[in-house]
Amino acid sequence: MSTTESSPVVLPTHRTCPFDPPQEYALLREHEPVARLAFPDGKTGWLLTRHEDVRALLADERFSSDRARASSPVGRPLRPEEMEARPGMFLSKDPPEHTRYRRMVTRYFTVRRMRALAPRIEEIVTDRLDAMERSGPPVDLVRTFTLPIPSLVICELLGVPYADRDRFQRWTSTMLRLDVSAGEMLAARDALYAYMGDLVSAKREHPDDALLSSLIAANAAEGAQAPLTDEELTGIGLLLLVAGHETTANMLALGTYALLSHPAQSRMLREHPELAERAVEELLRYLSIAQFGAVRVALEDVEIAGRRIRAGETVVAALAAANRDPEQFPGPDELDLTREPSHHVAFGHGVHQCLGQQLARVEMQIALPALLRRFPTLRLAVPPERIPMRDDMFIYGVHELPLTWEE
Amino acid sequence: MKIVADHDRCRGAGQCVFSAPDLFDQSDEDGTVIVLDDHPPPESHARARRAARLCPNSVIRIIENPEPAHP
Ligand code: HEM
Ligand code: SF4
Repeated sequence: MSTTESSPVVLPTHRTCPFDPPQEYALLREHEPVARLAFPDGKTGWLLTRHEDVRALLADERFSSDRARASSPVGRPLRPEEMEARPGMFLSKDPPEHTRYRRMVTRYFTVRRMRALAPRIEEIVTDRLDAMERSGPPVDLVRTFTLPIPSLVICELLGVPYADRDRFQRWTSTMLRLDVSAGEMLAARDALYAYMGDLVSAKREHPDDALLSSLIAANAAEGAQAPLTDEELTGIGLLLLVAGHETTANMLALGTYALLSHPAQSRMLREHPELAERAVEELLRYLSIAQFGAVRVALEDVEIAGRRIRAGETVVAALAAANRDPEQFPGPDELDLTREPSHHVAFGHGVHQCLGQQLARVEMQIALPALLRRFPTLRLAVPPERIPMRDDMFIYGVHELPLTWEE
Repeated sequence: MKIVADHDRCRGAGQCVFSAPDLFDQSDEDGTVIVLDDHPPPESHARARRAARLCPNSVIRIIENPEPAHP
């Protein structure tokens, strides 16, 4: 480890290959795995790039997920009203508050329940493939396939009318943009809250058998301890809706693009759909779409790999860098769909590890092989440099994916 | 081999059920881990170790050579 204090880095965001994280990460991981990081708000914190350190950080309860205390590593400095975590938004809460919310919703996302959704997801995927075939090439895969599938699935799971998708997809994508003004960001967030608040009231009046109604019923049941307020239910519903569609949509689209750019690998998955489970884990690792990592704040002074993190400093766990750590993944920059499953951190680690991961897995395991099998000649309809990459979004992926095939 | 789960730490991420469905399940009530077989047969040992390694909250502990239980 170097003893001289090098000047702080800014979060690397410039990519030279659409599938690889920015190159600076490899250097940092090797030479300065716990690096000083300069934030847009003028503060200084830390950037972790090694798999081992990232895991240790995310499992350490001396670090908080409270956004209001943290600096954002990218974009403009946020205003306080943009940073507050509202009731129910458990992504940004610490235990014991986090535990209380998470316990109430976890039962809806168990492996067993998610696998039971498979037949319905297969139906939805088939329906989208039929629609693609009917319209004929070229198509934008994002609009016809990758966004509709997870959106419809999360709508049915929560009890959100799919007819409202244009609105909530637009608000979500505004909230996930880097370059958005404070005014636009707050307007989109308030619109989403108002929408979800109305929906919660509607479910109280006319319950159905989906998640939101079930959560309301469980809390209204006699003997329910500290039942959730409507504000909390709104926060939970909003988190699930927002986290439940853009993420999987981008994994499907970027995953398809990566597969088409690795023809031997996609041929293998097409011919051996039983590889889907491993293939999906490898794509999650390789692509790490939570591109700016997971952000935490030190609640007390903590030492990590010999460096002293002070209470109040923000620490960024670079998930994309950790997922390319050669100590953990031999030949990390190679996409190898047969790779022995290992411990990638694409879904995070610790108490906040993705609640929807089993759902995302089932969706990807069904959709990707089905797409490759239905259209064996699938390829880009434009040169790669014309594919608009989501460098400007918190969740990486493609804005559009124009594809064609032989009919 | 013996499997012990520190139930309080579980946040129901389901990595254990995903890696070893014969050894783990999740409760219908709160999604937390249920150990189905805490003395797994040898052919399940590798999967049990993998589940322990993958658990994001260090819930699952593997005791490779448990003391024999007192009669
Ligand atoms: C491939 C798709 C997905 C990826 C890559 C992904 C990634 C992540 C990551 C990295 C975190 C941890 C953030 C942190 O520690 O600060 C997270 C948390 C979360 N994700 Fe996902 N996610 C995906 C799909 C989904 C889906 C389909 C849902 C559906 C409901 C979902 C719901 C959540 C929720 C509720 C949390 C917060 C968990 C907590 O704080 O306890 N995610 N996700
Ligand atoms: S992997 Fe760990 S946290 Fe997740 S359900 Fe199993 S025991 Fe609980």
